[in-house]
Amino acid sequence: MAGGGTAGGGPRTDTYAPVRLWLLLPAWVSLTILVLAPVSMMLVYSFLTKEFRGGVIWEFSLSAYDQFFCNRGLFGDEPCSIEWTYLLIFWRSIWQAGAATLLSLAIGFPTAYFIATRPARQRALWVFLITIPYWVNLLIRTVSMKFLLRDQGPLNDALLGLGILSEPLSIVNTNLAVQLGLFYSYLPFMVLPIYAAVERYNFSLSEAAADLYAPRWVILRRIVIPAVKPGIVAGCILVFVPSLGSFLAPDLLGGAKTFMIGSLIEEQFKGNAGNWPFGAAASMILLTMVLILLLIFARQQARAGNG
Amino acid sequence: MATDGTIAIDVRDAVKRYGDFTALKRISLSIRDNEFFTLLGPSGCGKTTLLRMIAGFEDVTEGAIFLFGDEIETLPPHKRPINTVFQDYALFPHMTVIDNVGFGLEMRGKSKSDARKRAGEVLEMVQLSQFANRKPAQLSGGQQQRVALARALAPQPKVLLLDEPLSALDLKLRKAMQIELKHLQRDTGITFIFVTHDQEEALTMSDRIAVMSSGELQQLGDARDIYERPRNMFVADFIGDTNLLSVTVNRVEGQSATCRLASGHQIACDAVEGIAPGAYVHMSIRPERLYLSEPGDGYLSGTVLENIFVGTDITTIVEISPDLRLTVRTSNSDRGAQGIFAPGTAVAVHLEQGAGRLLAD
Repeated sequence: MAGGGTAGGGPRTDTYAPVRLWLLLPAWVSLTILVLAPVSMMLVYSFLTKEFRGGVIWEFSLSAYDQFFCNRGLFGDEPCSIEWTYLLIFWRSIWQAGAATLLSLAIGFPTAYFIATRPARQRALWVFLITIPYWVNLLIRTVSMKFLLRDQGPLNDALLGLGILSEPLSIVNTNLAVQLGLFYSYLPFMVLPIYAAVERYNFSLSEAAADLYAPRWVILRRIVIPAVKPGIVAGCILVFVPSLGSFLAPDLLGGAKTFMIGSLIEEQFKGNAGNWPFGAAASMILLTMVLILLLIFARQQARAGNG
Repeated sequence: MATDGTIAIDVRDAVKRYGDFTALKRISLSIRDNEFFTLLGPSGCGKTTLLRMIAGFEDVTEGAIFLFGDEIETLPPHKRPINTVFQDYALFPHMTVIDNVGFGLEMRGKSKSDARKRAGEVLEMVQLSQFANRKPAQLSGGQQQRVALARALAPQPKVLLLDEPLSALDLKLRKAMQIELKHLQRDTGITFIFVTHDQEEALTMSDRIAVMSSGELQQLGDARDIYERPRNMFVADFIGDTNLLSVTVNRVEGQSATCRLASGHQIACDAVEGIAPGAYVHMSIRPERLYLSEPGDGYLSGTVLENIFVGTDITTIVEISPDLRLTVRTSNSDRGAQGIFAPGTAVAVHLEQGAGRLLAD
């Protein structure tokens, strides 16, 4: 076609190009100040030399990472063998956070499903009720949890009173206490994304499945869960990630055997007995792990989208 | 229609209440085996509620439903050998077309490979074999509709329920699907219960039609019955176009009667049981059963107000008196013989023999 071909093809000038830069500025500024700067600072600190009363000496050193991964004997002069102490703390953190996530999922999914299946007018109220406890400071909630769980606390009193137990169950200072604490801290992060997914779910799919001879649990497993999976995955990440780095619940509800990565990092920066480069290095390792996790999630989402 | 009198679905005194609201007011009807049966009515008439009660998605407040003699109203949907084609298709978005179609078979205990094999055959029947491995989102609306149909037919249900399945399709595709559905019903021999608010669709496809309004059954019969012998005002008005006139019954003699219009004109009509002389009732006259001629020799004389061209027909509106206008429909092929009367022309309006139908209420 001669003459008329310019309208559709060809490079077009971007009308908004000059303004676009200015409109994006707030986003760039906040990203730089709130994300890029702190992470870079932490990255730099993790490669510096520690000062004994906290703080750093501006001298490049790999000793923080060396301390994390290498066991060099009592006097630090042996060749590197694997240091299990911190890896074990990491592993325990993953395990604790994983258990808390599963617990949240087990309670959160039915809760979210329940809310999403209420009449539209009631849903907002239910969501509101779920979030009320989270207006209270996390520290206070965690201390209250300790109070609830202790040997002479209301939970044990109730179980004893009902005759379910003959002697009080020691929960405080166990892994279970930490898991319960983490579960309670982050439950809404599980409920809300799943609720959003279930609310968008087309319930005529469940009817169609029932119509095609599927009993209820098959409908849940083969139709509902695949359909709301993005919400479930998002909820799991939102609970797992902060649980992994949490230190309040393990500090207050756990004992020495439940030491988690968050507490390890916290200790490095507390008072003047800490080791800043080591804390920064542990943070960077945690961050890397979380990033890997999120990448796996993103790839999975992309694949589901292409499906 | 190859009915041998067996009843597929028998609804007895079914009532559905939601709190204070009664959606179905004691409905009884029998749907024959191997029949294309349509529930027709405006939205909110209870037709979908009745369908959902048969499928098992709504419980029955009072009454009973029988499937080939077995009482089923208390069974959960997955235990009823009845399948549904949903209005929004409700295809499983994360499964391929063939897995969608095979789902019901798998749930009935067929192995995955058997289910796929049979699903493949059904897909062939609806001409979708080449899309077997696509996801529903990759199909057009018409194709999704066929998948929904294939999925519901695959387990060979005793009764197939169709909840306004064609309403999302464009006119041309809808017409094609109407014929295809009708053929599919005949070929499979499965009883179809079809819900629609589109009277033309109902007349085209159905062996029998149940006309419903405000939770009540208004009339049950075949297409001709419903169209030519509407039982009441609602049916006459809802099915097709009609002229509704208020008349006083003058004289009843055997099968025929004479009525008087408010304007004083006399009209011959069919008598209806239960209507005695002196009764003030409504009369329905279908527009295509009226015709026009030069004035002077007709029952009714009037003036042409307007001609509306509607493709196959021309609709003429004639004013008989200030409060009485009649719609007359003339087929386009008759135009040469009869001519068109221009607006403002005086004409005579004739009734075909038996065109006026008195309505019970």
